[in-house]
Amino acid sequence: MKRRDLLKLAGLSAVVAGGVPGFLNKEVKAREYTPPPGALTAKRWGMAIDIRKCWEHPECRDCIKACHHIHNVPEIPEKKKEIKWIWKDEFEHAFPDQPNEFNDVLLQGKPFLLLCNHCEHPPCVRVCPTEATFKREDGIVMMDYHRCIGCRFCMAACPFGARSFNWVDPRPYIREFNPEFPTRMKGVVEKCLFCYERLEKGQIPACVEACKHKALIFGDLEDENSEISRVLRSRFSIRRKAELGTGPSVFYLIG
Amino acid sequence: MFEKALVGSRKYWLWVFFLLVLIGIGFLAFLAQLEYGLGITGMSRDVSWGFYVAQFTFLVGVAASGVMVVLPYYLHNHKVFGPVTVFGEFLAIAAVIMCLLFIIVDIGQTHRLFNVLLHPTPHSMLFYDMIVLNGYLALNLICGWAALHGEYKGTKYPKWVVPFIYISIPWAFSIHTVTAFLYAGLPGRHFWLTAIMAPRFLASAFCSGPAFLLIALLIAQKVSRLRIEPKAIDTLSKIITYALLANIFFFGCELFTAFYSQIPGHMYPVMYLFKGLHGHTEWVIFMWTAWIFMALAALLLVIPHTRRNLNTLVLACVLLFIGAWIDKGIGLLTGGFTPTPFETITPYRPTVPELLISLGIWATGFLIMTVLFKIAVAVKEARAA
Repeated sequence: MKRRDLLKLAGLSAVVAGGVPGFLNKEVKAREYTPPPGALTAKRWGMAIDIRKCWEHPECRDCIKACHHIHNVPEIPEKKKEIKWIWKDEFEHAFPDQPNEFNDVLLQGKPFLLLCNHCEHPPCVRVCPTEATFKREDGIVMMDYHRCIGCRFCMAACPFGARSFNWVDPRPYIREFNPEFPTRMKGVVEKCLFCYERLEKGQIPACVEACKHKALIFGDLEDENSEISRVLRSRFSIRRKAELGTGPSVFYLIG
Repeated sequence: MFEKALVGSRKYWLWVFFLLVLIGIGFLAFLAQLEYGLGITGMSRDVSWGFYVAQFTFLVGVAASGVMVVLPYYLHNHKVFGPVTVFGEFLAIAAVIMCLLFIIVDIGQTHRLFNVLLHPTPHSMLFYDMIVLNGYLALNLICGWAALHGEYKGTKYPKWVVPFIYISIPWAFSIHTVTAFLYAGLPGRHFWLTAIMAPRFLASAFCSGPAFLLIALLIAQKVSRLRIEPKAIDTLSKIITYALLANIFFFGCELFTAFYSQIPGHMYPVMYLFKGLHGHTEWVIFMWTAWIFMALAALLLVIPHTRRNLNTLVLACVLLFIGAWIDKGIGLLTGGFTPTPFETITPYRPTVPELLISLGIWATGFLIMTVLFKIAVAVKEARAA
């Protein structure tokens, strides 16, 4: 064997030896992304929800309305087939792993805003067989409706129930059509995308903008001077199912 | 060789016609699903996989079980299995094709199926499942057909097949292991998050698949001049017995972990399935049926007298097949999704179109199996004559 060939073989073996186990435990390869000029950028986007402010206005649904309107999220009356990007649910459903008979007095039945957690190690990305769902470098877990084959593996993998599937054509259920955002078709999965399309235009997410009580704080978790980092350093917060190790980027300010 | 499938008795053609009708009905239901969407099924935001994926999972086991006759014959030179291995391989072909069909009908964007090939994703277990299932189909087509062709020509199978036969043995284990891994690695799904998922899958496969094969062989023996050696039946029934006992034991291990630890997340799915939870008792009757059937089958199989009696043996096989089918074809799926990530319960019931599509696929499998078995029996009859 020529030296050149030997080196090639050695290189190839190293790639195979290093690569094969890498495939399996590879968390998620963040996709490179170049934001347009004027876009809001971050190393890791995150959200903090001041849940106390939320509770002061139990009837308020501004964030949900804003999000669902601008993203053409259909309103399907049948609960089993519904699509939701951001919604409210009670404490005991949002944090089923936190049973505490004393907290129950404080928290039972209290609504929490739920949305995709844009996890650091998203299981939905790990299981997707076509990379239709992928993680961007800035931490946003994205969804390519055109590549999705509708296998719904991501729904089985998401421990937060954050994903919805279009069981039927969603278009007839869109109340007020927004021509600036694509509608979806039957047979694909969808979820909250942290308003990537607004960030590109230098705007903050629609839910954050719509909240007149300033309960939603959106920002860069890796920038220590950002508002979200400061508030998370100064107040007690919890994350949903943190013990599963997915690293949710949505925090609930409690204390 | 294929021409042998084209000559048959009136009964044979009636059976084929009956299956074709079922396939036609299933296909029409599938067209309706393509038009309307998966909303035609009983699946929901909370239980996002249902009957299709469950049938796929169960049938991967039936496919893998072919190895239970192939392995003793080729690896241990267990001669009595010689005449039946080809049937094991043909059963595997029919089962794998059914698996692939169930995946196709389960996908929301059917025509984008090839995206899995266009964008190979090695961190997704589905990528590996695609490889092992299609590989297993190819291996069984090669091995089964070559072996039978050898018999047809009056020779032994050609030498070049041997490596494929040896590869097919670990490959059979791989298809069910990878299928178990689809479930076993998901955070937050306590019922599936267990290291013995793959062993459990294999144990249930290695009892239900051979049980099905045994019944199919006895039927083939009845409707043709094919003769199966009693010793082959005896060995096969012993394999079924041990696999069934392993299956029951593994299930016991799951129960211990869930209930001795007393961790609610681990107990709830089992409680939902066997006792009902928050007033939801949809599957209780089915689950108890499944495990009572399997326990009865175990009893009939363990006692030598009833195992050797053909009538009680067939009864045991039928009971265990139904039991394993309910357990894996219904319980495993719904138990994984219920309770939901919100600790709520969304009941799942398959709808009529969903069942018709499934029936159509089962009929397709039976048709493939009938044709392949017909060819194999005819070749063997011609040899014996």
